[in-house]
Amino acid sequence: MSAVAACGIVRLPVWRARVVLCAMLAAFAVLAGRSVYLQAMHTGFLQEKGEARYSRVLEAPGTRGRILDRHGEALAISTPVQSVWAIPEDVVATPAQLKKLAVLLGADPRELHKRLADSSRDFVYLKRQIAPEQAEQVARLGLPGIHQHREFRRYYPGGELTAHLVGFTGLDEAGQEGVELAHQGSLGGIPGSRRVIKDRLGRVVEDIESIRAAQDGKDLQLSIDGKIQSLAYGVLKAAVAEHKAKAGAVVVIDVRTGEVLALVNLPSFNPNNRAKLSGAQLRNRALTDTFEPGSTLKPFTVALALELGKVTPRSMVSSGREPLRIAHYTIHDPHPEGALNVAQVIQKSSNVGAAKIALSLPREDMWDLFNRAGFGAAPQLGFPGEAGGRLRAARSWRPVEQATMAYGHGISVSLVQLARAYTMFARDGELVPLTLVKSDALAPGTRVLSPQTARAVRTMLELAVQPGGTAPRARIMGWRVAGKTGTAHKQENGGYAPDKYIASFVGLAPASAPRIVVAVMIDEPSAGKYYGGIVAAPVFAQITQGALRLLGVPHDAPLEPVPLPGEGEEAREST
Amino acid sequence: MAKLNLLLLLVLVVCALGLVTSQHKARKLFSDLEREQARARELDVEYGRLQLEASTWGLHARVEKVAAGTLGMRTPDARRVRIVEREAPR
Repeated sequence: MSAVAACGIVRLPVWRARVVLCAMLAAFAVLAGRSVYLQAMHTGFLQEKGEARYSRVLEAPGTRGRILDRHGEALAISTPVQSVWAIPEDVVATPAQLKKLAVLLGADPRELHKRLADSSRDFVYLKRQIAPEQAEQVARLGLPGIHQHREFRRYYPGGELTAHLVGFTGLDEAGQEGVELAHQGSLGGIPGSRRVIKDRLGRVVEDIESIRAAQDGKDLQLSIDGKIQSLAYGVLKAAVAEHKAKAGAVVVIDVRTGEVLALVNLPSFNPNNRAKLSGAQLRNRALTDTFEPGSTLKPFTVALALELGKVTPRSMVSSGREPLRIAHYTIHDPHPEGALNVAQVIQKSSNVGAAKIALSLPREDMWDLFNRAGFGAAPQLGFPGEAGGRLRAARSWRPVEQATMAYGHGISVSLVQLARAYTMFARDGELVPLTLVKSDALAPGTRVLSPQTARAVRTMLELAVQPGGTAPRARIMGWRVAGKTGTAHKQENGGYAPDKYIASFVGLAPASAPRIVVAVMIDEPSAGKYYGGIVAAPVFAQITQGALRLLGVPHDAPLEPVPLPGEGEEAREST
Repeated sequence: MAKLNLLLLLVLVVCALGLVTSQHKARKLFSDLEREQARARELDVEYGRLQLEASTWGLHARVEKVAAGTLGMRTPDARRVRIVEREAPR
């Protein structure tokens, strides 16, 4: 036992208690200081960190607008799909599970393995845009490190029927072709975002603020009539197959409103599955390709001659079977008809006649008419890649060029331009501006010809489809039609290919009070027949017959079946 | 004085509980709203899908095939069609 214990009281030095007290006070001071630091000076940062535990920014997608036809039938719709992605480092899966995943995703197991083995990346897409049902099965595998997020995919119910017109979007839903590209601004949705508070279970419990409201894209209603489009596609496809043609295009225009009712191109593609696409399939020939139109341009030359008072429909022009010589060139008709008057030049499609008429006209006036008919300038449809064609300045025309231009050589146009130019004959001299968007309103036209001239040319165009004209096969039962054939040699390597043709037909109906203009172009028919009157005119007839019925246009001709011409009965042409 | 304090304490406790309940209710309502909004979105999506389905079934080529094939329909002879002029709107 020590002395301390013995006496019961131990006297410790006073300083020891003070040291302890000071130490305690110092500790409190440190705590107070720290809390002041955290609460007063560092508070913003800490609050932010704290909020990050429970507040989240949620993205709200803006849906892309639909594209509809004039009757409200969908041509393009966005629906949600899932994209599967992974963080390779986090993925834990047995080979059997991986195999199952590969089967579900429709991917090659080795490829999948390779992607997951690449641990240098912390985000890899395993498969984009799969159907929601498929995605659910993937989710049910419950593999860690495999995630999904929602995306939108564009579907085109019209498929190849409207492929060129509607175009398509990329994976990110931005328009890449056609109307999808042209109207990207109004169709595209703007994604929004908002800040929310989430609880432990991940449920949103409170909305803090809306950072940006999501905006859905606007629906777009096109002028296209799905039924006429479908009809035109079917008829054109059959004709292209029958004549073993390389390509074809059809344009149908409502002349009162300037609306494009149908615009078809072949070859086409399925916009829902664009794995194997070639440039030829993608081309919207009717709008972006130009060709030498050939005889379909003759009515314009004749119209100008009538307008300037140089000729009347009954004046005689051609001296008959003689070819026309200009400088070193000779223009001749392959099937000479003898003496022709102006109306017969159109009816029989005489090159010599058209050339002679052209040579009597001032070249500036001819250029002016072509220019006002819309040749040489894009038709302003608001479609990406519209071609303007080629119309050279009048002062560079030599006489022979002026003569050949009368029957559509040395000038190039797109099918849409050609169809639009014919609206001047349909609307008594007014050229109508075209639109791809539904308007339903009477469109004001630009006057190019006098009503008398336009009607006179229309009468001539009606003669061309009568027996003895170039296109008796263009006639239909119940309505009078008028139109002009074209059979042009294709240009190749700076010259004309002797055995490659473009057969075309542009017509209007009903002839008494025109409602539609239909233009047909068939590229390189190679099954033996190549005349516009034989290859393109029947396509025109079938489409026009169906379209007039669908539009409910009153008949203006007796309802008797139209006799088809026998072999060799129709006039033939070479341009 | 003590009684007043006690009373105030009681009021404070009641207020506090009220706050908790109303907050809870608000959150519950909010999550209901969220759920309904999500449902609305789902229905929207469903609507889009159904539209897609409808337009696939309603493809003109298919309708024509069914009409001509299964139902034995055909375009009426033009001679038996009468077109009625619409009266001009006044």
